[in-house]
Amino acid sequence: MAGKTLYDKLWDDHVVRQEEDGTALIYIDRQLLHEVTSPQAFEGLRLAGRKPWRIEANLATCDHNVPTTELKGGVESIEDPVSRIQVQTLNMNAKEFGITEFGMGDPRQGIVHVVGPEEGKTLPGTTLVCGDSHTATHGALGALAHGIGTSEVEHVLATQCLIQKKMKNMLIKVDGQLKPGVTPKDVILAIIGKIGTAGGTGYAMEFGGQVFRDMSVEGRMTVCNMAIEGGARVGLVGVDEKTVEYVKGRPFAPKGELWDQAVEAWKDLHSDDDAVFDKVIEMDGAEIQPQVSWGTSPEMVLDVDGIVPDPDKEADSVKATSIRNALNYMGLQPGTPIKDIPVEYVFIGSCTNSRIEDLRAAAEVLKGRKKSDKVELAIAVPGSGLVKQQAEAEGLDKIFIEAGFEWRNPGCSMCLAMNADRLPSGKHCASTSNRNFEGRQGAGGRTHLVSPEMAAAAAVAGHFVDVRDML
Amino acid sequence: MEKFTTLTAIVAPMDRANVDTDAIIPKQFLKSIKRSGFGPNLFDEWRYEDVGQPDMDNSKRPLRKEFVLNQPRYQGAKILLARENFGCGSSREHAPWALKDFGFDVIIAPSFADIFFNNSFKNGILPIILDEKVVDELFNETFAAEGYELTVDLSAQKIVKPNGDEIRFDVDSFRKHCLLNGLDDIGLTLQHAEEIKAYEESRKASKAWLYAN
Repeated sequence: MAGKTLYDKLWDDHVVRQEEDGTALIYIDRQLLHEVTSPQAFEGLRLAGRKPWRIEANLATCDHNVPTTELKGGVESIEDPVSRIQVQTLNMNAKEFGITEFGMGDPRQGIVHVVGPEEGKTLPGTTLVCGDSHTATHGALGALAHGIGTSEVEHVLATQCLIQKKMKNMLIKVDGQLKPGVTPKDVILAIIGKIGTAGGTGYAMEFGGQVFRDMSVEGRMTVCNMAIEGGARVGLVGVDEKTVEYVKGRPFAPKGELWDQAVEAWKDLHSDDDAVFDKVIEMDGAEIQPQVSWGTSPEMVLDVDGIVPDPDKEADSVKATSIRNALNYMGLQPGTPIKDIPVEYVFIGSCTNSRIEDLRAAAEVLKGRKKSDKVELAIAVPGSGLVKQQAEAEGLDKIFIEAGFEWRNPGCSMCLAMNADRLPSGKHCASTSNRNFEGRQGAGGRTHLVSPEMAAAAAVAGHFVDVRDML
Repeated sequence: MEKFTTLTAIVAPMDRANVDTDAIIPKQFLKSIKRSGFGPNLFDEWRYEDVGQPDMDNSKRPLRKEFVLNQPRYQGAKILLARENFGCGSSREHAPWALKDFGFDVIIAPSFADIFFNNSFKNGILPIILDEKVVDELFNETFAAEGYELTVDLSAQKIVKPNGDEIRFDVDSFRKHCLLNGLDDIGLTLQHAEEIKAYEESRKASKAWLYAN
């Protein structure tokens, strides 16, 4: 019999009940909650007179609507009344149902996908869900994690289970060594460029090979975070010593004897050598270049040396239409070199790239440099209050400020502009976030997805440049 | 949940690939704490000339006349015909809430994003996957004939064209059962509460580290 993939192992360990038609009831160990996708779920519980199945399985924080400018008055000081009500509703629901919440002003508050791993709420071998598609992030720790809709948030609150069908197994194998200046963000963008935004639909996507073994746990989070941009709800990396070291000592991680038991249980959390995948994609890490997205879908991405494509040279009519729509929205001409695209806004942050390593990497490029006068606004938004504290302890805040950046408070911020941080119409933004959809960062805003290093370099130059020329 | 059995309705063609959930319902409308009222802001950026905000009177906003859902011939459509990877992006259930609130009960496409596909069933929307060539044909026929209607019969798993031609489609048997009967998933799962408790107890015994905090 063939060996099992990591996904097979995680799935098998969580089946409560298997139906003949392939549907299964899967046990969920952890649920993370935020203010946008939870209010209707709590309302559903209330209307049906139901209580959460296991209160301690849940952890809540507010992130999408939270202002990132200095605020003294807490939630009351959110200017947008609709945003304020949503955050207040989460506070009220967490209190009513007894769920731990890191609210505004708590140093542990931050982006839900930064907070979970940081607090040790995300553990290897667990199932974890959240009403947010970037829940795939947590797979970097060998957890089976994926985004769900609000009906399922309510379902997990009420039953601690989900009704699921097993996905197929996909392996993205990247061997070799990354060139200096090439980052986890470039790796995942290059993968999406290769497989397309629907390439992983229906699959659990495991990342294997030398590149991921060499990568830090935070780097793996960046990669798994964007599995969904390649169509896969689940991203996974096998557990190794780095994973164990990362989790050790975190507030919600097991301690003492239970820690030893946990580490023992995690030893098998990797795909077997003879495991069979339904689909395998192989890439050479040494060939990956710094990436910049030019269009309105994450698959519309190029090497920094690339030129914007010509729809007239695309044979597939649906694709040609997509290119035309994207060029029109982005205000770009076919044949324009990526390096000639002006950058007016820079956003360093989001659940993809707002952890301490991301901030260090960007600061390294910015040290002793200043943003170009052509850049109207550059902001650095740490992923959590604790990341912010750490960065300040290392003096990174001063580097950003001296380079002309604004140093903000934690939240989702300009990744999706649900708070006041919005990209104005027609402006090009070098963004370390995950989606370049039309209107994502603000109506009419033009997003270019890049690594923190490339965003910092673009801030200095006022247009896209190869960060390797600045290292 | 509302039951879904059969439907005969006008088809509206959304002729773009990779329609994402940010396009279906832009983020400024996600701030509502309700499940209803999203229909007027469905495809907001494509549908209106101005930038929409939650507190606006949508009936007074200038429309983009060329946008498919604003064209008189597609008024009253309940079936949305779409291209590949429909519903990609965020997990927001506000996307199917908006489609349903607008009036769509069926979406036909060559492929859907996983989370959106799942969320649709939970809200009484039937997403149907058909071969790309068949979808192409439906686009051509929809463009060619004003008032083009299809009949969708979930029980028989078939779509009937105006000329009587039938197209078979697949649907997961559990999801079909839930849609046909308007069943609530939570109620169904709680019928297995004892099994869930038993699983949980054995897990607490074998993996105490999971329950430490």
